[in-house]
Amino acid sequence: MKRWLTLPTLCWCVFAIGLYGLLQLLIEIGVISVVWQITLANIGINVILAVSLNLILGISGQFSLGHAAFMGIGAYAGGIVLKMLPGYTGMLLGALAGLLISALAALVIAVPTLRLRGDYLAIATLGFGEIIRIIINNMKITNGAAGLSNIPAVANLTVIYFTIVLTLIIVCNFKNSAPGRACISIKEDEIASEAMGIPTTRYKVIAFVLGAMLASLAGVLYASSFYVIKPTYFAFAQSINILVIVVFGGMGSMTGSVVAALVLGVINYLLQSLPNERMIVYAVAIILIMVFRPKGLMGNFELSFARLKSLQDIKALPALWKDKILAVLARLKNKRQKEDA
Amino acid sequence: MSMLEIKGLSVHYGMIHAVKDLSMQVNAGEIVALIGANGAGKSTLLKTISGLLPKTSGSITTLEQDITHSSPVKIVGLGVIHVPEGRRVFSGLSVLENLQMGAYSKKDKSAIKESLAEVFAHFPILQERLSQDAATLSGGEQQMLAIGRALMAKPKLLLLDEPSMGLAPILVKEIFSIITSIHESGTTVLLVEQNARMALSIADRGYVMETGRLVLQGTGKELAESAQVQKVYLGG
Repeated sequence: MKRWLTLPTLCWCVFAIGLYGLLQLLIEIGVISVVWQITLANIGINVILAVSLNLILGISGQFSLGHAAFMGIGAYAGGIVLKMLPGYTGMLLGALAGLLISALAALVIAVPTLRLRGDYLAIATLGFGEIIRIIINNMKITNGAAGLSNIPAVANLTVIYFTIVLTLIIVCNFKNSAPGRACISIKEDEIASEAMGIPTTRYKVIAFVLGAMLASLAGVLYASSFYVIKPTYFAFAQSINILVIVVFGGMGSMTGSVVAALVLGVINYLLQSLPNERMIVYAVAIILIMVFRPKGLMGNFELSFARLKSLQDIKALPALWKDKILAVLARLKNKRQKEDA
Repeated sequence: MSMLEIKGLSVHYGMIHAVKDLSMQVNAGEIVALIGANGAGKSTLLKTISGLLPKTSGSITTLEQDITHSSPVKIVGLGVIHVPEGRRVFSGLSVLENLQMGAYSKKDKSAIKESLAEVFAHFPILQERLSQDAATLSGGEQQMLAIGRALMAKPKLLLLDEPSMGLAPILVKEIFSIITSIHESGTTVLLVEQNARMALSIADRGYVMETGRLVLQGTGKELAESAQVQKVYLGG
């Protein structure tokens, strides 16, 4: 028990609850309008999707192009159960059904295809995503191509927020655990990992199934936030959207995925008044960032309180930040003086 | 007792017949050098022993256990540890984490601590670099880390693939003296090398491999003095 209650954990709790309080306060006093709330819900769902794909792509290095399919499985499982049983119970049961089905689907696809490497795996998962979409398109219970509508909107920002927190706790703890390190070694060098006696296929399957399950959770939230779902929402293009967030934020960095989902979501929202030019600006923004920061916004940086060993360290933080800012300013000043000379 | 016994082994890379009906053996407590030119099939042979490559025919046994069709996981469990060519340390993980991955097959925490101390005894420099990202190490340090990582798995038989590759002569000397001291502490070593002079100088016995076949064998001294080896591999 004592091991869990460390200062970094405490910092994270304060951080998470504080951010939630701030969000609620801003909504209460009307700074965050209803439109922004919808945008935030969308961003939140994208955060979960990106973090779950980052587990597969950034931590264990498996290139999956079928992630939207797992989101679709979750969305339809959630939507169907919610229509039969509105309310939180329905959403919870729907989420359970989604988790179960996506885990099974992920297992079926993972065991044969994760023996493939790189681009072969990408093609295989791409095909898998299309298969799931076509199955959904042709089933009665999913209402075919017309999709499901009038799904009771049970999820709100609170539910989404705490699902993000849960997802981050699961994925970040996985990353720092022994299986997580095994996954990272497989990403870095599969042959060396095998030579060290690490069962590579097993760990690849674990990461893939876990990522798929978290994506289905995002699907449930999507279905219960936006009333309508259609098979086309979960096609190849959506998989690419998720992939863009992960690469944009930095593969392997969960902080990066969160920040990238936020940045891209806000860019998307601000450009809504330019419906035609929007995709061009969006694309140019992505290209520019990838040119100047090829490792993604955050590289492999991770926001962490781990360096805080005692309360003394927290008190010392403002001074540390001040020093850092002063150092940056001094460097800028130096540069300018050099340019002047 | 023979630590490793290979009988009539054949390995194919697609259409290429990389190892042809090869038989050899490594006795417990020996250092055996396997020398040969580029593309002779030395690395292929090591990868086949450690289970990374499938075999076409033949058999491999270690300490009287048949490992012809075993998985790498099981072969590592039996104490046959492969240090692959080109170091292949895990960048993005710290030196300590790299070493911990080496002990993946071991579950006993106090035993892992002991092996860690042993690795530091062989490679003091790694202790200084403990929390550094493995990618930031120099070539020589990376090679030391790669060998140290393998030692964490408590090898009975250590398969070393080109430990001198791309290193400065002084570092090559250092690595070879460490290999000798690892051998003295009771580990059998099968050493694949292009640096024939160095390899034969520390080896008890040696084999010369050419296009998938063993063409010569003898003690390290015999091979180093043989006219054929001198002409082809020692430049004299």
